[in-house]
Amino acid sequence: MKQFLSDKILQIKPSGIRKFFDIVSEMKDAISLGVGEPDFETPWHIRDEGIYSLEKGKTFYTSNAGLKDLRCEICNYLKRHQGIHYDAMHEVLVTVGGSEAIDIGLRAVINEGDEVIIPQPSYVSYEPCAVLAGAKPVIINLKAENEFRLTPQELENAITDRTKVLILPYPNNPTGAIMEREDLEKIAKICIEKDILVMSDEIYSALTYKGQHVSIASLNGMKERTILINGFSKAYAMTGWRLGYACGPSEIIKQMTKIHQFAIMCAPTTSQYAAVEALKNGDEDVEMMRQSYNQRRRFLMNAFREMNLECFEPYGAFYVFPCIKEFGMTSEEFAEKFLAEEKVAAVPGTAFGDSGEGYLRISYAYSLETLKTAMVRLKNFVTKLRESKND
Amino acid sequence: MRDELLSIIEKNSRIDLKELAVLLGVQEIDVANELSALEAEGIICGYHTLIDWEKTSIEKVTALIEVKVTPQRGQGFDHIAERIYNYPEVKAVYLISGGYDLLVTLEEKTLREISNFVSDKLSTLESVLSTATHFILKKYKDHGTILDKKPEDGREAVTP
Repeated sequence: MKQFLSDKILQIKPSGIRKFFDIVSEMKDAISLGVGEPDFETPWHIRDEGIYSLEKGKTFYTSNAGLKDLRCEICNYLKRHQGIHYDAMHEVLVTVGGSEAIDIGLRAVINEGDEVIIPQPSYVSYEPCAVLAGAKPVIINLKAENEFRLTPQELENAITDRTKVLILPYPNNPTGAIMEREDLEKIAKICIEKDILVMSDEIYSALTYKGQHVSIASLNGMKERTILINGFSKAYAMTGWRLGYACGPSEIIKQMTKIHQFAIMCAPTTSQYAAVEALKNGDEDVEMMRQSYNQRRRFLMNAFREMNLECFEPYGAFYVFPCIKEFGMTSEEFAEKFLAEEKVAAVPGTAFGDSGEGYLRISYAYSLETLKTAMVRLKNFVTKLRESKND
Repeated sequence: MRDELLSIIEKNSRIDLKELAVLLGVQEIDVANELSALEAEGIICGYHTLIDWEKTSIEKVTALIEVKVTPQRGQGFDHIAERIYNYPEVKAVYLISGGYDLLVTLEEKTLREISNFVSDKLSTLESVLSTATHFILKKYKDHGTILDKKPEDGREAVTP
């Protein structure tokens, strides 16, 4: 059968998360802290709007780029929250999740051999998407001592003559790191100097806990060299609706729309109608969820302090990324042992790149009750490990 | 801090000071002071428990009674409302806009007790013009909580 497969796809490793998932799925009574999606259901008024659109028979394709109303609301949202002005007719494309936007965004700009800079630890799809588009991924291993922010020096070191795109994944999954305005300004300066396009994946932009999220596209001279990617999954708890969007220079969006048109046709219509409602009347829901995540974040940080587990304070998304280097195990060994002995699943940091070694991604998209039980078990586990080390 | 504090304890009043302080990212003493202030200002009026009596062996009948009244000079509806809410079996009294004036929630052990209350005590009040009694057959959701629904996690166990 192998003769039928593409060399390029064979070269891509399956996601490290998959393997772990198979172990967890077999354990019935395990607590999972491994989920990368909100625990909230989509707010009812948004679901209701989806149902209503079905009742009214809105069951046809929309235009390739997405419903005009939705594109206008996306522009209003970005103006309202980030102060960026996009033209709904030429600079916005509604996609099937942020994931599709990453894929077609790269395909629209990459020539064979172009280099794409990917800071890691980060979301699992950047590297494979870059490879599939024909690019050479250039990995930056982010450091805990910088709170997993991208520093100008790290970026400079990664740039070559072939560099075309920088992927900027903040607020970050899996570390929870954010980039503040001062951090972004330094990165922007380099990108302008070296003529680099930025793909800014801001899917967690609504979930920050230290001031408002700043988009790099809002900085001077950056809008024309940024593909801004965002979506509805994390902010509005709409993962299953599969809806995201890309905004950027009309020339790029036009080419992305071409790929989207041939590969997808249009994003799901029901989801688009629901999303209009989310953007129009969802700010309060987002704030309610954000507050809840923030409480859980504080709870976990406090629990780590109490068990003396090293962890930088993350201010974004819904992940914490504690360091487990003191136990002398790999992330994978630690996660597997933790699951086997205490029945708690957390994802090894290495699932998000080699620089995740020595760390664990713990999601706080869970009720406080669940987190409390899990932290009692983590404390047991950590105590046992330390005792056995001292014996 | 105040709004966030209230929204937490509205859902869970059993939470202790230490945990509240952690969740809010402030000191325990500040939480304690804020709670005292909220109690003193009458913003926090009590710490109650939401009980689904249906699941116990204790019989309870709840009725919602619409009451039309004649407001009294100088006192509006306040005086008559007070006459009604002083009965301990009355759980709630609201002044309502629309087709009637007061909505009274009444909790008793039997239907007969409710009908006795309405005929003997409520209807005979001088300014009460008429009443309409509705019995609650089933409570689906109370105080923002859906009764009889266990939260379920429909998510895959591990996702990127």
